[in-house]
Amino acid sequence: MVHVREMPDHLRDALINQELPEYGDTPWVTPKPLNECRVALISTAGLHRREDPPFTPGAGDYRIIPDEYDMDALIMSHVSTNFDRSGFYQDVNTSFPIDRLRELADEGVIGSVAGRHFSFMGATPPTVMEPVARDLAKVLKADNVDAVALVPV
Amino acid sequence: MGGLAHFIERAGIPTTQISLIRAHTEQIKPPRALAVPFELGRPFGAPNEPVFQRRVLEDCLNLLERPAGPVLEDFPDAPPGEAAAAEQPEGWACPVNFAPPVSEMSDADVLHEALLQEVALLRPWYEQSKENRKGRSAFGISETAPEDIVRFLADFAVTPLDIQSPYDDTHVIVAFKRMADDLRYFYTEAAIARPDGRGSDLEVANWLWADTTLGGLLVAVRDWAMESDDPTTLELAQNAMVPFHQRHHTKHG
Repeated sequence: MVHVREMPDHLRDALINQELPEYGDTPWVTPKPLNECRVALISTAGLHRREDPPFTPGAGDYRIIPDEYDMDALIMSHVSTNFDRSGFYQDVNTSFPIDRLRELADEGVIGSVAGRHFSFMGATPPTVMEPVARDLAKVLKADNVDAVALVPV
Repeated sequence: MGGLAHFIERAGIPTTQISLIRAHTEQIKPPRALAVPFELGRPFGAPNEPVFQRRVLEDCLNLLERPAGPVLEDFPDAPPGEAAAAEQPEGWACPVNFAPPVSEMSDADVLHEALLQEVALLRPWYEQSKENRKGRSAFGISETAPEDIVRFLADFAVTPLDIQSPYDDTHVIVAFKRMADDLRYFYTEAAIARPDGRGSDLEVANWLWADTTLGGLLVAVRDWAMESDDPTTLELAQNAMVPFHQRHHTKHG
């Protein structure tokens, strides 16, 4: 098990007490009612389609996961050795809850599922991340996405 | 993760997120986050538990209905099966018994033979494991067959400075890492094939890193890489070649 609470003290301290970037005041946009929202998933698990190039450390790039892609064919090229992968092997929804999101759309809990989802690989310096995220926001708007669920690994 | 939330929300799109390291989220203060008490790597708790996964996702999305923020709430429950797994007296056992791992890393052909044998013994369990998941496998990031990966790994372990990267524009140590990771996924998927064994990542890793020739080889390469003059090699060795819970096998910890 890779619970933070079960890590050896020095590693847990190193993880928790690492210097974090400053992002300033928390922004706030009031969403539409949830049952009208078109929702996209953004993962930082280093997921991608088989035909896409694997992630390399520090690049800050992302891969597009079209909603019609066979999600069982997704693979994970995140470089970290320090998180559980066996859950993902057994069920993609352990780290990328696409089937659950579709169920919520079918039942009307959310409005709909976006046509595209996105995946990054883990921590990237904010200077690299900011322009990428700004561009990505434009893409999300063009896709009529009303809300994003961000999922770490 | 929290940084992405800041940037995307600032650009006008509402965000909500899962938090696996609550202390970080407290400090970064993204607009909306649901802190979950799960293992790293399992933001929705557990595989093949759709009802539980759905609760987590719904709680996370419901934060979008809060009138003001930042919002940081806690998901209260441990994933199903976790307590039961901890109490399992037998624990997990690999479906196959290997010969004692090769410990001498000076003969590439001996290593190659030993790795080939491990792959051959695991192959039927890997196929079984895939079948259990209706053909799904996470093996494949190196786009290389296990039988070809082991030739590369064996040669690299003995003469690392003589080996060329098989991928364009990719440092040889990154190529090594990609192939090594991929073969570890193959071993791990094979190892969790038996329906009676609900092995945790840690149990499977304890086997892979201590009882297989692959594990010994990966430790030996990491020991070498930690003393490398090449910054890319050194950085990867420090951060991403051996999981923290297996570093006691290595020379540099």
